[in-house]
Amino acid sequence: MCLAIPARVVDLPEAGVALVDVGGVQKRISLALVDGVACGDYVIVHVGYALARLDPDEAQRTLESFAAADLSAPGAA
Amino acid sequence: MKYIDEFRDGELARSLASAIAREADTGRRYNLMEFCGGHTHAISRYGLSDLLPPNVNMIHGPGCPVCVLPIGRIDNAIALAARPGLILCTYADTMRVPASKGTSLLKAKARGADIRMIYSSADAVRIAQENPGRDVVFFAIGFETTTPPTAVAITQAMTLGLTNFSVFCNHVLTPSAISNILESKEVRELGTVPLDGFIGPAHVSTVIGSQPYEYFAEEYRRPVVIAGFEPLDVMQAILMLVRQLNEGRAEVENEFTRAVTREGNTKAKALVAEVFELRRSFEWRGLGEVPYSALRIKAKYAAFDAEARYGITYQSVPDNKACECGAILRGVKKPADCKVFGTVCTPENPIGSCMVSSEGACAAHYTYGRFKDVPVVTAPAATAAA
Repeated sequence: MCLAIPARVVDLPEAGVALVDVGGVQKRISLALVDGVACGDYVIVHVGYALARLDPDEAQRTLESFAAADLSAPGAA
Repeated sequence: MKYIDEFRDGELARSLASAIAREADTGRRYNLMEFCGGHTHAISRYGLSDLLPPNVNMIHGPGCPVCVLPIGRIDNAIALAARPGLILCTYADTMRVPASKGTSLLKAKARGADIRMIYSSADAVRIAQENPGRDVVFFAIGFETTTPPTAVAITQAMTLGLTNFSVFCNHVLTPSAISNILESKEVRELGTVPLDGFIGPAHVSTVIGSQPYEYFAEEYRRPVVIAGFEPLDVMQAILMLVRQLNEGRAEVENEFTRAVTREGNTKAKALVAEVFELRRSFEWRGLGEVPYSALRIKAKYAAFDAEARYGITYQSVPDNKACECGAILRGVKKPADCKVFGTVCTPENPIGSCMVSSEGACAAHYTYGRFKDVPVVTAPAATAAA
């Protein structure tokens, strides 16, 4: 129910509306809940609304922390 | 797909698993509750529990809105749909939830009620615009993720001057449910549900932020790690919880920093505060009456409140006696402990709500894990040859 997916904004056809792309599927969604969305941004889409903007730098940092997990463990060689 | 595939990498999952195995102290157990159905689903779908050492135990929480919606509320929705001319709009998740007397919204629809499955609350507003001569009710359920979209729909209907649109509000709150579990007899007195830490919600937290969980860390000394719904997010959160418990810390940490901040979505929160207020009490399946755990529509928006408009009165209905959904939602039992699991109760013919939604603990275990419970039988060589 709380499922939401990251989608790329490809167009802003009118105020408060975005056209997003998820793996080739495009959908019009509402921007009523987030401000300042630009084309190329990734937003988290839930029941037709963008809930949040995805932060690409933080995503990168999280991916790096996965890769480092095995090495950073205390006692790891 | 970007931001999805990278978080499902099998090799990284195995390296996170080996880090967990190495760091988890074999002299103790780690009992971790994943609050959300989204996490429950990911754990079952990707077989994450099989990657964990035996002393790291995942307990399913009550964070599945379909699962915690009590029968009486579905009965109310079916009664609404039976009104002549009325169109009931609902997220498809509620359609198969068993109601009283063997009914469900799906069966009511089959009998001729005009029930429309919608993707978004905006669709309900559109249906009301397209059908000015008919009453349209949106059956609104869900946690803090679906609540802001419902608030948008109500304010939109007001701006459009719609007089045929209303909302049957059943929105519930995550922090109240976590409090209820931490205060429960099983956790506090009996110790039958040992609970060492929580994996906190992903998308709920994009709205409410990480701040509301600080109370649980401080007051109950339980670490909380907010995590995304992808398998690597869950594995990383487990590792972070193991580290906190090893170091004796009880803090709120955020693994899902790519979408969650401490404050959350202030615009969405302001809109929710504008349209809704707290209910004094609300019944949850499994948890019973939970004080201040749900929202109702403010008097200012009463024209859009289906409860006021149609005089809806709530009547509590007990679950099917054989169904263990209640105990499963409190973390006391596991799906396989239920006598009707996988026999009478299946996703095709659910007896309890946990078998309905794909995020329900029973549906997730049925779909991805039920054969793990069945011992492997090998035919003796002679029989095989015969």
